[in-house]
Amino acid sequence: MTVLVGPTTRVVVQGATGREGSFHLQRMMEYGTKIVAGVTPGKGGASVHGVPVYDTVEEAVRRHGANASVIFVPARAAAEAVLEAVDAGVELVVVITEHIPVHDALRAINYARSRGVTVIGPNCPGVVAPPVRTKLGIMPNSIYQTPGKVAVVSRSGTLTYEISYQLVRAGFGINIAVGVGGDPVVGLDLMEATLKVAEDPDVRGIVVIGEVGGDAEERLAKLYAEGAINKPVVAYIAGRTAPPGKRMGHAGAIVMMGSGDARGKIEAFKAAGVPVAETPFEVPKLLSKLLK
Amino acid sequence: MKLHEYEAKELLAKYGVEIPPGRLALTPDEALKAAKEIGTPVVLKAQVVVAGRGKAGGIKVAKTPEEAYELSKAMFGMNIKGLVVRKIYVTKYVEAEREMYLSLIIDRASRRYLFLASPVGGVDIEEIAKASPEKIKRVYVDPAVGLREFHIRQIGLWLGFRPGTRQWQQISSIVQAMYRVMVEYDAELVESNPLALTKDGDVIPLDARVIVDDNALYRHSDLEKALEEDPRDVTEFEAYAKKIGFHYVELDGDIGIIGNGAGLTMSTMDLVYHFGGRPANFLDIGGGASREVVREAVKVLLKHPRVRVVFINIFGGITRADEVALGVKDALAETGATKKIVVRLKGTNEEQGRAILSEVGVPLFENAEEAAQRAVELARV
Repeated sequence: MTVLVGPTTRVVVQGATGREGSFHLQRMMEYGTKIVAGVTPGKGGASVHGVPVYDTVEEAVRRHGANASVIFVPARAAAEAVLEAVDAGVELVVVITEHIPVHDALRAINYARSRGVTVIGPNCPGVVAPPVRTKLGIMPNSIYQTPGKVAVVSRSGTLTYEISYQLVRAGFGINIAVGVGGDPVVGLDLMEATLKVAEDPDVRGIVVIGEVGGDAEERLAKLYAEGAINKPVVAYIAGRTAPPGKRMGHAGAIVMMGSGDARGKIEAFKAAGVPVAETPFEVPKLLSKLLK
Repeated sequence: MKLHEYEAKELLAKYGVEIPPGRLALTPDEALKAAKEIGTPVVLKAQVVVAGRGKAGGIKVAKTPEEAYELSKAMFGMNIKGLVVRKIYVTKYVEAEREMYLSLIIDRASRRYLFLASPVGGVDIEEIAKASPEKIKRVYVDPAVGLREFHIRQIGLWLGFRPGTRQWQQISSIVQAMYRVMVEYDAELVESNPLALTKDGDVIPLDARVIVDDNALYRHSDLEKALEEDPRDVTEFEAYAKKIGFHYVELDGDIGIIGNGAGLTMSTMDLVYHFGGRPANFLDIGGGASREVVREAVKVLLKHPRVRVVFINIFGGITRADEVALGVKDALAETGATKKIVVRLKGTNEEQGRAILSEVGVPLFENAEEAAQRAVELARV
């Protein structure tokens, strides 16, 4: 068992019959994830890659004991898909969908949190845990073949793959990789996700991948300085060259009103005693030093 | 989507806020006519969606309609932080007794709406926020609970007003209107700076800013239409890129950057900078880009006048390396460009991608650091 997912995680895929949904449903199964059902309103009774499809999450949960959901539903209906999953009684919801209106996300995430449900995303690659061969997300399976003791927590998708790949190449194994998402409002934010993976006794070191926008990195640095995380952390921040006022691809990656720039985040980590890598390729080197 | 000041004020007015009388002018003649109708003195305000217009000469007071004509003539076509002035908002000149600040945003950390209120406002609010943060009151509103009387009371009292007065009515109505614009128009920011207490004792927003969530524009067809007619703060390349379907941000260097995924693309820019080069842009082809999207992305940079070297850094997951390679090949064939290209390809279908690119003689790197160094070297030649 890892902190967020494990052998008892039984997954329903919302939006299972769509192009992305069915493609990744198959990849997740290949990885080893227990996918028990798919949901697409109006397609109940069909099946995708051998997995039964239902019209509602409630039915999928009732029939298959699903306790987690991965959402590939288009942006306009995705927030409602979160509400449906929460009311159906799952414990973990991973929202892959990009471009969800921020007010919709705000309401859905607050509702989920008020009911004790963990949301990862939206606009995220999801979560993958090699030791338990479980992936709720879209990460390339090939990179996450080596189980180990390093946790990766990230605001970016591809950069998570890049740095995970560098870590594996350098001989590290991955315990868990969590992409928290690039939107301004996310379910589990960078700080909370880091605290969460730090709880796992199997995790020996944590790599935090931040980017411009918001202050999750600064809040995390402050907690680290206060001693809340008793494990080595290495950080990398993308967007040193990002100009203020421009959105850098992610809705949440924007330097606004003089705050959220990479420099402030890097300084906060350094002041807290967290080494910050200059490039993604420096991450394994810094981690090796700390873990010696 | 950043709304112009006049659009933001119209939204507030729609929800019951009193705003100074104003007209939009597209020519000096219209400015003259507006000044006559409103009655001088008037303020001419350049409608460009950047902060700091005033300091850049985009706000002028005219004492006569003729002066409004002359001043507007100089203001039209002016370049303010890269944006050209095409619209001028002519409003009644209102003298402020005191300038305040009031804004509403979404607070990421607490996942609530957040009012920021300061009894002192005006142009230097960022400095005020840094130098005396204690002046800024934070009032959080839970979306499930909504805006309540007590929230308004906290804001009104902090700004220095007493319940039961005319100003109290006015500030209440402004707070409520800002909240309604926020929620009903899917805004990310609703701001009034300065919010003025006038010499006549009225509370009036002298300026207003609204930024609407692009992802929710489909719910606001009026704004979608306005954006189509006036793309606001995007450069020619940015507008084109948006049409094709990738994220593009203009920068001022000479190395064109293409990556997949926002984080990796930003990291690629940083890597170029780290080795002493200067990125010309940020271009994220997104997840699972097709051959066509890649072709268009590469073409944009090959045609870009400032770009000397194109550096493509792909870590394929959903994105397939062979599609990327085909896109690069197509772009080269179509433009016949002589610009240098450096490619780093990793991930899904890497081998096929490698074969396609070596056929057309594009140097391929496995390691992004080496690729970045090479791109920087080539830009210096």
